Amino acid sequence: MSQTRQAFDDAQPSDQDIAVSVRGVSKNYGAVEALKNMSLEFPRGQLTSLLGPSGCGKTTLLKIIAGLLKPDSGEIIVNGKAVSGPGPNRAFVFQDFALLPWASVLRNVAFGLELRGVPRSEREAKAEKYIRDVGLAGFERAFPHELSGGMRQRVGLARALSVDSKVLLLDEPFSAVDEQTRRKFQEDLLALVENENKTFIFVTHSIEEAVYVSDQIAILLPRPSRVSEIIRPTSFRTKGVGNIRRDPEYLDIVDEIWASLRNYVE
Amino acid sequence: MRIYGHKLPAMSSLLLWALLWEIIGQTGATFFVPPLSEVFVTLFKIIGTPAFVTALTETAQAFLAGVFFSIVIGIPTGILMGKSRLLDELLLPWVNIFVSAPLTALVPVLMVLFGFGLTSIIITTTLFGIWIIILNTRAGVRQINRSLVEMATSFGASPLDAFVKIYFWAALPEILGGVRIGVIRAVKGVIIGQLLISIVGFGALFELYASNFLMTHFWAVLIVLFALAFSISEFLAYLERKVAYYAAKR
Repeated sequence: MSQTRQAFDDAQPSDQDIAVSVRGVSKNYGAVEALKNMSLEFPRGQLTSLLGPSGCGKTTLLKIIAGLLKPDSGEIIVNGKAVSGPGPNRAFVFQDFALLPWASVLRNVAFGLELRGVPRSEREAKAEKYIRDVGLAGFERAFPHELSGGMRQRVGLARALSVDSKVLLLDEPFSAVDEQTRRKFQEDLLALVENENKTFIFVTHSIEEAVYVSDQIAILLPRPSRVSEIIRPTSFRTKGVGNIRRDPEYLDIVDEIWASLRNYVE
Repeated sequence: MRIYGHKLPAMSSLLLWALLWEIIGQTGATFFVPPLSEVFVTLFKIIGTPAFVTALTETAQAFLAGVFFSIVIGIPTGILMGKSRLLDELLLPWVNIFVSAPLTALVPVLMVLFGFGLTSIIITTTLFGIWIIILNTRAGVRQINRSLVEMATSFGASPLDAFVKIYFWAALPEILGGVRIGVIRAVKGVIIGQLLISIVGFGALFELYASNFLMTHFWAVLIVLFALAFSISEFLAYLERKVAYYAAKR
């Protein structure tokens, strides 16, 4: 079965099915060029990481894709259509979780649906399903301040999943949780990419994390911001989550990325 | 507070001051300070009289209306000022002038503009309460976590949604603080209005008792007024504590 699938994947090169594409996007903050004529494509159903030193514009790019920032020029194409603002086809997961502190976990998870006008019973049923899926069953009535950082990010993730967008945008989602929780999150993320058939765009500053979770890694370099390289790991993705970190290819890619980034780190 | 290991009940300092008052009153040092016990006797005597009930109703009416307008105008104005740089630049100087201005001096102008009736009293009350509500709401909105707003935007919130579901709630601890101070100032406003504009309500009672040197009556009404203002302010402080759990975590 998995072999058939492998063959199927090979027969359909991923670059033919692009979920999101960034075309010639530039963005200036006053005199500072945050992004300059950047183009990048994100294959459907895969996880692409944006990786780079701080100041390379990776979060700016993600927010432009989300429609939270307007590019000065260029366009964002999602599923074949240019987008100019936030839309139901994309959902965002925030670095600092961005939960409503006055609302229960249930309302927080259902909040995306609430804003889209879904009736209460329907959105709560849906939210309950995703609360279970992210492993927070039993915490529906809890408030964010009663949860640990990791659990809060699970709420943020459940909220993004429950609106059922085809594209998930994650802005350094695990950087505010502790190391052990982060590892668990990374494993869960791999399972999510496997099962959910969504396109993930993942901003991170951790090289290991990017190589561990990504189907495709875009290395961004600053001054001027540009995509310097796109890396597609090939061999270790199918070997099981436990074996990735000691796979030779994994280690090589981590070293290679560090070699190209180290000159840009102050 | 603890003294010699005994825990004193809340507000026990009031008892000390009450005792001092009673002693000074009993010595008959000045007509201005009658014994506290007599004040309370008078208080219970007048509290059911038609004159007192009328005064209470008139004052409550003007006070509630004034507080209502300062809240329903003050909170949205404060939120809009916190959100929009332009509105903030336009309105902030005026708010700062009025929050510190001697509003009593404006009352004669209000009388010319709005007559000698209830309207002028309500406007005076509103003017006393509204500015601090605006300032506090504005301060609350300005320190909202940016990503809460981005979150709402990314899930397609309309401006009204963001206003009602994010800005209001995120600023609620500061808003309640502002309303509490605003309400206390509105008590001042309604009495000043009733003294200066038309002699009605508690203002009329103060005027009547003071000009006839009925000091026990005067103090009795003042104590009632203080008790009312104190209960309202304590109730709002209680609401404030209820939302304090998230004030630090937005």
